[in-house]
Amino acid sequence: MIEIAVLFSISCVGLAMALNLWRLARGPTQADRILALDTMTINAIALMVLMQIQQGSAVYFEAALLLAMVGFVGTVAYCKFLLRGNIIE
Amino acid sequence: MDAGPLEILISAVLVVGGFFALVGSWGLARMPTLMTRLHGPTKVTTLGVGSCLIASMIYFPAMQGKVSAHELLITLFLFLTAPITANMIAKVHLHRQRRGLDAEPMDGIADSLPESGVGTGWATFAGRETEPSDPPR
Repeated sequence: MIEIAVLFSISCVGLAMALNLWRLARGPTQADRILALDTMTINAIALMVLMQIQQGSAVYFEAALLLAMVGFVGTVAYCKFLLRGNIIE
Repeated sequence: MDAGPLEILISAVLVVGGFFALVGSWGLARMPTLMTRLHGPTKVTTLGVGSCLIASMIYFPAMQGKVSAHELLITLFLFLTAPITANMIAKVHLHRQRRGLDAEPMDGIADSLPESGVGTGWATFAGRETEPSDPPR
């Protein structure tokens, strides 16, 4: 039962990442692209957590935690760059 | 195959998580302007990821007897950073729309802002004389 639920969830998140990719390619503004990339990072974290449940191993937690932090820092850095023209003032 | 109540609970939370992640990205793809598109990923997707993490939080102690604080850390971090990200992206969009840097999709959001109510205008637009001379396109 859990196997079927995990498969369903993984398919949903995969489809969601495809939609994000479409928005990332389409744009039309820069802010749309930042938002799509940030959502892709969050969906990748969800995919890692689901893969752990599917395989029954707890190997990817550090990777998911790192991805959460790096994704946030990257998004904020991109926003600061578009607002100010540089990142560290 | 007998499904215990814990297994049913984990499966239900997993299905809810996947569904909400899909709905969030569907909103991102379907909504007309950026300010409406912000709603999907920042609220719905965060809830979906939170559900997946809750399922993992139940699964590993119940099925394998391993307890770890990683899920809590990821959940806390995601729920803290999602509003900050949304605020930054909205700010970028407002400034770029106001200065006409985004070529054709002018949605007029910067011109239709309501009054700030304190008599000095919006704080994010104050002090814009110190703009960089050549902003990135």
